[in-house]
Amino acid sequence: MSSRLTEIRWHGRGGQGAVTAAKMVAEIAAERGKCFQAFPEYGPERSGAPIVAFTRLSEDPIQCYSAIEHPDLVLVLDDTLLSVVDVTEGASDDAVIIVNTEKSPDDIKKGFDFGSRRVLTVPATKIAKQTLGRAIPNTPMVSALSRITGYFSLEEIEDHLRHTFGKKFPQKVVDANVEAAKMAFQEVRE
Amino acid sequence: MTPPTAQTQRPIEAVTGNQAVAYAMKQINPDVVAAYPITPQTDVVQNFAEYVADGVVKANFVTVESEHSAMSACIGSASSGARTMTATSSAGFALMWEMVYIAASMRAPIVMTTVNRALSGPINIHCDHSDTMGGRDAGWVQIYNEDAQEAYDATIMGFPIAEHPDVRLPLMNMYDGFIISGAIGPLQSLTDEEVQQFVGQAPGYPSLLDFDNHVTFGPFDGLHGWYFEHKVNQQRAMDNALAVIQDVYDRFAALSGRRYQHLMQYRMEDADIAIVVIGSAAGNARSVADKLRAEGVKAGVIKVRTFRPFPAAQYAKALAGVKAVGIMDRADSFGAAGGPLYMDVTSALYQQGVYTKAANFIYGLGGRDIFPHNIEEAFRVLQKAAEGGDLPKSRVYLNMKGA
Repeated sequence: MSSRLTEIRWHGRGGQGAVTAAKMVAEIAAERGKCFQAFPEYGPERSGAPIVAFTRLSEDPIQCYSAIEHPDLVLVLDDTLLSVVDVTEGASDDAVIIVNTEKSPDDIKKGFDFGSRRVLTVPATKIAKQTLGRAIPNTPMVSALSRITGYFSLEEIEDHLRHTFGKKFPQKVVDANVEAAKMAFQEVRE
Repeated sequence: MTPPTAQTQRPIEAVTGNQAVAYAMKQINPDVVAAYPITPQTDVVQNFAEYVADGVVKANFVTVESEHSAMSACIGSASSGARTMTATSSAGFALMWEMVYIAASMRAPIVMTTVNRALSGPINIHCDHSDTMGGRDAGWVQIYNEDAQEAYDATIMGFPIAEHPDVRLPLMNMYDGFIISGAIGPLQSLTDEEVQQFVGQAPGYPSLLDFDNHVTFGPFDGLHGWYFEHKVNQQRAMDNALAVIQDVYDRFAALSGRRYQHLMQYRMEDADIAIVVIGSAAGNARSVADKLRAEGVKAGVIKVRTFRPFPAAQYAKALAGVKAVGIMDRADSFGAAGGPLYMDVTSALYQQGVYTKAANFIYGLGGRDIFPHNIEEAFRVLQKAAEGGDLPKSRVYLNMKGA
């Protein structure tokens, strides 16, 4: 893996917006002049069933289209997936795992063997319910991702939400998403 | 691909391959789009239907009851002088079969996107090239694309090639199903005005709707007719197309800064071993070539772009100095000497008197992934042959389970 390339794997359930989250990261990257790629693991899409999506971010043009085998970052949009799929599969020992949960990192680590990997938590669904009124955790997760990696600043996410996202959604929804991003940025725990 | 310096001001958007192609279709603004709107159709057609619903295109959008009917409607439309486009994929293309040949023999300059996906069974909807490889003898210009940007560019280059008076053939653009069609990647688009100017006016060939100049398309032409000569003319049009296509690629480069050739060569100047590959796997092949070069192995890659007409002489020239070439097929031709690309490349070499050792690697059927280490494995086979060993005479399967 090139040090200029970051490979991200998303775990979610159908309907939670993992693909939308991967797309949002790609769009912010596009706006920031970075190279990007986002794709789901294609298959039957059923609401509630475990799904996987991928994002590549790089300073250089991305020419690899095979699946990500060894992610640097794993984002888990639903903590009930931890007992269903091995979210650490292929992840290197220094990979970072961010779990959407109201539990603390220590509690999460008790129930699942993450090895030596860094594990962080963010209550993304709770934040989404508070701000958007719906259990769609993708904006808070993108914000948590940026907090951990420094890949985008909170201002850059806000800029994306207000401009690109704002073309498709009413102001109220945009404001709620901005609020969700701000809260998630603060509420990441390690 | 190197980004053009003059064009770096254009914004980069994040879109799927299918969105990129639908956007190109919107910018071309054809007269007619006739398509089957249900699976195995891709969302190229769905995205285009949104442009129709939004009233931003003038196209008469015809949703038909089958892919066979879609191609039939396209033939009628194109023969009436209307600029006609469609899209298909997989089994949908297979169902068009009879009419695909008729479109070519009636010299209908239809531009069609075919998203490459497997033919069943077992039932599989994922990427391979079985669908369009089966259509390689039908008389259509066929251009394979690596990513969304290439697919967008090729769509815009479609009519200038297909409608050229020396060609007048239907044209098919392909890109890998899901891997490109559904993945979000960067797109640098042209403006509507640039696209309109590049595509230009339709040439106004004699049409069924020209009541002052009566013409007949596709009539009975039996044992004592001119069927044979029609077929010879189709091949002559293919011969002519090679130069026309390169000319259109060059004109497009002047506009966009993105430069295309029939075969895209990567580090081939002094290569001892080379891989010939189609579509989205090309990037992994190039990255493996870079890795081998860093070890001192002279590895190169040829990416297939123009597949019909097949630029045989150019392949022979590119591979003349190579000690061993691996030809990668994402489809098979059961019972033949090898996969379709293997047969074309080896025939080209033999025809031109170039006897480079060649092996056939079959990969990616039904969407099976192809990782850099799989391609490295292929290069290692070639490396041994380049050092004097023999190459396998039968197909080598990459990333096959239980191998």
